[in-house]
Amino acid sequence: MTEMTYLQAISDGLREEMRRDEAVFCLGEDIGAFGGAFKVTDGFIEEFGPDRVLDTPLAENMIVGASIGAAIEGMKPVAEMQFADFISCGFDQLVNVAGKLHYRQGVSVPMVVRLPSGGGFSGGPFHSQNPEAWFIQAPGLKVVAPATAEDAKGLLVSAIRDPNPVCYLEHKGLYRHVKGEVPEGDHAVPLGEARVAREGEELSIFAYGSSVPLALQAAEELDEDIEVIDLRTLNPLDTEAILRSAEKTGKVLIAHEATRSCGVGAEVASLISERAFEWLDAPIRRLTAPDVPIPFSPPLEQAVLPQLDDMKEACRELLAY
Amino acid sequence: MKLEAASPSRSRERAGTDALTRDDRALLLRYMLLMRLSEERGLTLYKQGKVPGSFYDGCGQEAVCVGSSFVLGPRDRMCILHRDLGAHFVRGVTPDRYLANYMGREGGVTGGRDGNMHFGDRQLGCVGMVSMLPDMAQVATGMALTFKMRSEPRVAMTFFGEGSTANGQWHEAMNFAGIHRLPVVFVLENNQFAYSTPTDLEFAVDPVQRAKSYGFPGVSVDGNDVEAVFEVARVASERAREGEGPSLIECHTMRMHGHGAHDDMSYVPKEMLEEWAHRDPIELYIRRLTEEHGFEQQEIDEIRNSVAAYVDECAEKAVASPMPDPGVATAGVFAESWEPLGDGEAPWSRWSQADQGAADSGNGHRAANGHRGALAEHGRTA
Repeated sequence: MTEMTYLQAISDGLREEMRRDEAVFCLGEDIGAFGGAFKVTDGFIEEFGPDRVLDTPLAENMIVGASIGAAIEGMKPVAEMQFADFISCGFDQLVNVAGKLHYRQGVSVPMVVRLPSGGGFSGGPFHSQNPEAWFIQAPGLKVVAPATAEDAKGLLVSAIRDPNPVCYLEHKGLYRHVKGEVPEGDHAVPLGEARVAREGEELSIFAYGSSVPLALQAAEELDEDIEVIDLRTLNPLDTEAILRSAEKTGKVLIAHEATRSCGVGAEVASLISERAFEWLDAPIRRLTAPDVPIPFSPPLEQAVLPQLDDMKEACRELLAY
Repeated sequence: MKLEAASPSRSRERAGTDALTRDDRALLLRYMLLMRLSEERGLTLYKQGKVPGSFYDGCGQEAVCVGSSFVLGPRDRMCILHRDLGAHFVRGVTPDRYLANYMGREGGVTGGRDGNMHFGDRQLGCVGMVSMLPDMAQVATGMALTFKMRSEPRVAMTFFGEGSTANGQWHEAMNFAGIHRLPVVFVLENNQFAYSTPTDLEFAVDPVQRAKSYGFPGVSVDGNDVEAVFEVARVASERAREGEGPSLIECHTMRMHGHGAHDDMSYVPKEMLEEWAHRDPIELYIRRLTEEHGFEQQEIDEIRNSVAAYVDECAEKAVASPMPDPGVATAGVFAESWEPLGDGEAPWSRWSQADQGAADSGNGHRAANGHRGALAEHGRTA
């Protein structure tokens, strides 16, 4: 085990897979000599050469489309969107070609799209989005969103090895703020399995990405018997783990930084109300961003993104219900 | 004929080629007839109410897809468009699977998952189109990227209409293919209309002219002359195989039917259709075979009759194919494992003489290749 940041863990996982399998290669904007906008691929071009760390023109549909073609021919492309927001420019290839090829024609497309997502640093409306729900609405795409350094590596490794297109959401706010022990060498975390981040009996918080550390901090500061489930994979959801925790505690808070309507929270809430209604002791609550673009100015942005106090307040209200 | 980057040429003269044997020529005619008669049968099934949705064909464009796909070797790959049924046949799809696909039957290429011409047989080296055009240009470019990275002498070929050249994805694909000199052949089918929109509302300058700005040759060819199409596609694919990069081939042709069977083509001037009717690619080729290549009319008739009988047989098989079991509607969204595409049929006599697979350096689909520097090498020499 080595202590590393979330960002270093992503690099480590990618590097390990590129060393292990020659079919793995990266492509994206400014990932080569520059090492990527956030330095995830820093030093990669020296080790792997410019073919496997391929700087592309500013053309997101091409990045995704070329990845599809390469994946079909047996490569394992890892495409970087410089910001998750920019996937809107590559959306057509992702949802219409990549996501549907196996269903329509039995053609598997083993590729990963890395999506640096999330706000909290005055990135404004086009550098702060959390677009995960877009992908869940498009059948054929797996979606993962790690919250810890260990999972950042393990989920990336599994995403690369998966025979399907996987959207890998890496939260920018966690890059350098989250640190943890990460297994060296081969380390894969299976897709589709949630993680109990904190055990508790009175209330379940279902979270992923940046909302996991927030939920854990709230639980610690409140010093209450709160369970925190880190969903880790958003499609396919670990429905058994969700129902198990909801049935145990009977009180549910779902937290995410993404906007509210038709988000992951809505899906988890409907799952619980359909299959665990009898176990509930309180209405299900969601803590999310409201349905607005992420604003630029710090006080405006803070007003929109869920804060620690919001999380604590939601917990208190549910515990008191 | 040579493709020159600097001077896109417009060639309407007959392109002679020494690359075709007498049997090859008979095959070219056979595939064009197979497309024409299969689509006529499909239209009949549509009129009988057996085809859900609408019906789309490539009547008048048979020479484009047959002539171009005929150059490909087994391990080459294709992304085929909806006016290019002949290319599917050249690669080995049989008409019963095409007709069954139109009827949403279990025996269709997609087993009812997708309709009409939205199919590609992965076992035959094809990735089927989507409705958003020209999305498959990007996919073909990605396959070509892989061939280049692995230093494999293989070609990706893809089709799009002139309407697609107005879309940004077209530019993205051309630009990327040009940067890395990828082994991809882009076949532009200029059939004069994007649904109802005439070319003068699609672009100010013929899109073949743009090839030069992407750094590769663009050539215009008579898309109703199957041997002319074959010859430019042959040169383009050889260029690609030899590492000289992509080519854009513009085939001038005419969509003789509506966009779909629901479209009465009221927007097409009558004289225009009449003029193109005199240039029917199949009739033109029959005339050439009899006048220049010693084919007897009886031989032509035999080919036509045997194709017609085969289409009858295939139509019966398609109609007998059951509808899919509704229970499978939710299966197969995700893959359990990666599987390589299969290889396509390669009927051109060149391929029976020299096995492409044996010539390839990278037979293993996932094997370590030892050619990591291919793109980088280009960067240094360009």
